[in-house]
Amino acid sequence: MLAALSAVFTTVAIVGILLYESYGFFEHVALKDFLTDTVWTPLFENPRYGILPLVSGTLTITGVALMIAIPIGTISAIYLSEFASHKVRETVKPILELLEGVPTIVFGYFALLFITPLLQKIFPGLPTFNMLSPGIVVGIMIIPYIASVSEDAMRAVPMSMREGSYAMGATRFQTAIRVVTPAAISGIVAAYILGISRAIGETMVVAIAAGQQPNLTFNPMESAATITAYIVQVAMGDLPHGSIGYQSIFAAGLVLMLMTLTLNLIGHMTRKKFSERY
Amino acid sequence: MMTTTTPVKAEARNLSFFYNGGNHALKGVNMPLYENKITALIGPSGCGKSTFLRCFNRMHDLYPGNKYEGQIVMHPDNTNILEKSVDPIEVRMRISMVFQKPNPFPKSIYENVAYGLRVRGENNKRMLDDKVEEALKGAALWNEVKDRQQDLAFNLSGGQQQRLCIARALATDPEIMLFDEPTSALDPIATANIEELMSELKNKLTILVVTHNMQQAARVSDYTAYMYLGELMEYGDTDTIFTRPTRKETEDYITGKFG
Repeated sequence: MLAALSAVFTTVAIVGILLYESYGFFEHVALKDFLTDTVWTPLFENPRYGILPLVSGTLTITGVALMIAIPIGTISAIYLSEFASHKVRETVKPILELLEGVPTIVFGYFALLFITPLLQKIFPGLPTFNMLSPGIVVGIMIIPYIASVSEDAMRAVPMSMREGSYAMGATRFQTAIRVVTPAAISGIVAAYILGISRAIGETMVVAIAAGQQPNLTFNPMESAATITAYIVQVAMGDLPHGSIGYQSIFAAGLVLMLMTLTLNLIGHMTRKKFSERY
Repeated sequence: MMTTTTPVKAEARNLSFFYNGGNHALKGVNMPLYENKITALIGPSGCGKSTFLRCFNRMHDLYPGNKYEGQIVMHPDNTNILEKSVDPIEVRMRISMVFQKPNPFPKSIYENVAYGLRVRGENNKRMLDDKVEEALKGAALWNEVKDRQQDLAFNLSGGQQQRLCIARALATDPEIMLFDEPTSALDPIATANIEELMSELKNKLTILVVTHNMQQAARVSDYTAYMYLGELMEYGDTDTIFTRPTRKETEDYITGKFG
């Protein structure tokens, strides 16, 4: 009871601080400028506070990550759940779960020192700091989440449904694609949402490999900063407590929270819509 | 006692079955299925009647380590459907199955019925429409669902879902239909509907049904087989089995002294 309460209390406290400090921020900056200005330079002589460049950076990297993670993660889940032998599954799943535990800073340097040079061989004009490389690496990072949660959902589809499909003369592949996947769709969507939240909130990889210049673009070949990268950048500096620059990280954090909250709501609604009744 | 003039649709010849791990679940069963008749399998739990039924569409192939011995021969082509060279998918195209618990797919009513045709590569809309309508009529479900064929199948009642599963199994024009305790999850009215339906269906195909319900076997079947511990104890036309069984064990089971 106390433990549960402490979790609730912590959440309330976090939201409260976010709102309180953001309130201080919005006393100086008009909400309209915050949402429509296209430049984010809170620490310059003439500060401008448009959140859009950070949002575009976040969305671009998330988009690249999902283009990698959703196909690979889903196909891995289908393979593990429907095709792999018991032995293969019991070997691969722990490895996937191990991959989830790799510190993100490792992935960050992996992006900067390995993936970026590799990409520069393919795209010679690619700058050292770009969104493509961390996007791909964040994608690789969330594959295990998507694969593992989707696989759980597919394994939970009762055998009787598969038998029904086989009894109609369906092949293994047809059964996996036409019956098991739709039956597990709510769990699979939940896995995607989890992956997206994770990609949006990812900090280290992008702070290291994407550059830290806020840049209003959706072109993954350019460098940019994300919301999280900005927060970590400012938080590591020596801004005086209570200054507007300090408060700006709470405003950015609030936007981040609203984005993940929206996603969770969408996830919740999708789950309800597709709720399975076997 | 058996009418020898009735053609045989399929027959098990010295059929044995071993589950993964060695459980000897069927022991040398010899049994014909007569064309356009309903054959009921009765016997206490664990006697092997479901195992026997599931040999007919090679359901056991889905799980590794299971082993068949002996034959199930289909007529008139004399194919032994347990032969390794026979593709289980081919077998399932000829012999369909209705399960104990209704197991519709997470799709619309229409797509559930069309499923068997779709997996065979049929995509002609007109053809599918006709087949779906015919199958739904054949399963006595058409009048209830004709205006909502795009609804999710899960929105149907349990009895309707089971009739949907029958329609699904019917849509591909099978020669034999297997029923594995098809009414055990249904209320008495839905049960009566399914039984009536089975009696109509036998005009088109041959039926093998596993049932726990003695009255059901007596009501719907033409032939009854009593199984015990993996062996076929007695087989004959239903009236004879229920009124003058030759073996004491059969009589004890039917009268409820045992089981």
